[in-house]
Amino acid sequence: MESNTLFSNLNEIYLGLLPESLSWAAFLGTGFTIILILVNALLMLTAFGTYMERRVLGRFQTRLGPNRVGPFGLLQPLADLLKLIIKEDLRPVTADRLTFFLAPVLMVTSMLVVVAVVPFGNGSFLADLNIGVLYLVGIPTIATVSIFLGGWGSGNRFALLGAARAVAMLISYEVPMIVSLAGVLILAGSMSLVEVVEAQRLPFILLQPLAFFVFIVSASAEMNRSPFDLMEAESELTAGFHTEFSGMRFGLVQLAEFGEVVITSAILSTLFLRGWENPFIPSDWQQVLPAQIWFIGKVLFFMFIFTWIRATLPRMRIDQVMAFAWKVLFPLALINMFVTAALVVVWPDPNPTYTQLWVMVGVNWTVAIGCLACFTRGLERHGKKPTASVQLVQMPAEVS
Amino acid sequence: MPYGFGIAKGMLVTLRNLARKPVTVQYPEQRVEQHPRFRGEDFVWYEERCTGCASCAKYCPQGIIKIVTTPSGEQTQEGEKYKLETFDIEIARCMFCGLCVEACPYDALHMGTGFERARPRQSDLVITIEELKASAKRPSTWFRPQLQNKKYDPATGEEVSWQDVGRESTVAPTYDEMRKRWVDGR
Repeated sequence: MESNTLFSNLNEIYLGLLPESLSWAAFLGTGFTIILILVNALLMLTAFGTYMERRVLGRFQTRLGPNRVGPFGLLQPLADLLKLIIKEDLRPVTADRLTFFLAPVLMVTSMLVVVAVVPFGNGSFLADLNIGVLYLVGIPTIATVSIFLGGWGSGNRFALLGAARAVAMLISYEVPMIVSLAGVLILAGSMSLVEVVEAQRLPFILLQPLAFFVFIVSASAEMNRSPFDLMEAESELTAGFHTEFSGMRFGLVQLAEFGEVVITSAILSTLFLRGWENPFIPSDWQQVLPAQIWFIGKVLFFMFIFTWIRATLPRMRIDQVMAFAWKVLFPLALINMFVTAALVVVWPDPNPTYTQLWVMVGVNWTVAIGCLACFTRGLERHGKKPTASVQLVQMPAEVS
Repeated sequence: MPYGFGIAKGMLVTLRNLARKPVTVQYPEQRVEQHPRFRGEDFVWYEERCTGCASCAKYCPQGIIKIVTTPSGEQTQEGEKYKLETFDIEIARCMFCGLCVEACPYDALHMGTGFERARPRQSDLVITIEELKASAKRPSTWFRPQLQNKKYDPATGEEVSWQDVGRESTVAPTYDEMRKRWVDGR
């Protein structure tokens, strides 16, 4: 707790206000205040993330996007919220009452809880878990369960099909995602996110290009976004697992989806882009901008990248998606882990010099480019063969 | 091109679109420029030219023009004319073919330029004779090439009086003109 300056400063203020015997109340009050700030900041960022996404997506398609409500359409998220609240909350007769109620709530909860371990400034975070990265990959798994609950509880075959796809895909993509994080953890020597940030003398995007690639691809699969959004493929499944949700339930599902983007951007900037620190200069130099500005800026940058990907890539087929996870991303993540481990074995020094770091950068980039070239060559050769063989069977002549 | 570079190429294409100017027209404030020959849903009708012959009603493929007349003693350019009691155009079923305008022997009926006549009920979508009398006399230049030759634009131009909207020319082209146009011109 000593490194958490935000917490200790707030706690001192509360202790000054309350009598000596109520120090536990001051502790609780501090915790709840930080939770309030964090959750509200996340929700606001999510709401205006939807606005930003729609505007940027519009510009990608040479349209304007929403610009009617308020100045520059800035109040559009509020208008959407108002509309969703006013709408009738329908529940199909075939729906399972409990799971149908539980699914959106669980989705939003599992999204909100993750933010607890993400440090957004020097010494400002809610909790510095020593297994922070494990928490990061473990908690969003609840979202998978809640997606299946929603799909199953809707009592609708489209919803169930979408949920089945979602579960198959999310569980597959968790494997390369976690294995790609192993390289980062080996370099940082800790699972605590604060220590991961402090260990980045160079941003890990330079030291771990392959891990970054694997992580960003599997993260965009994890949050059900294009090109991996086939669990809610409109052309096949109406809307996938949230076909039957309406009103504020649908609002919660959407909130969870967009909140996931913000969270994933925050995780990406924490793990690969030095979190709250200036990514361009060493941390002991004079800082111009405050840490929180850098963090928000990186989050917005990654949100823009995800929007860009969504604006460009078409949806993949389910067998391509699964093959990509197991035949491409998983081996790449394994190779990255072994190469990083070998480098750390060669230089077991916990504080490598900059020369050593740049040599590591060179080795890792060579490995990354070589691996990607080999795998694209393999994909090219594989892509020329048909993935599934269709045999034409001669039908017996019709007996008249 | 090696496999997988298509993604990078596509990303560049979308990025280039990001820098382009949006093509959106903010409708109620801005409008798309209309062609002067646009066939709109309001009609321009010149009471002075109309004789109540009901050719438009006869030629309408949908049969949506309803005309009721009584005899009158007024003089027009050539001959007698009827007094119109009713001139209803049921615009909901109109397909804007313009045959009524082509059929009118006295060039009294012209296509308009409007497109904003959405109404909640179909029964409201009837243009009555009062509306036709009161409407602005800015005819579309469709089937009226002489108006277009005068660079007349219904969106910006002045109202046109009934003397100026006659047929282009009733004089048949001479042999030399026909030959120049159809034989030498090809």
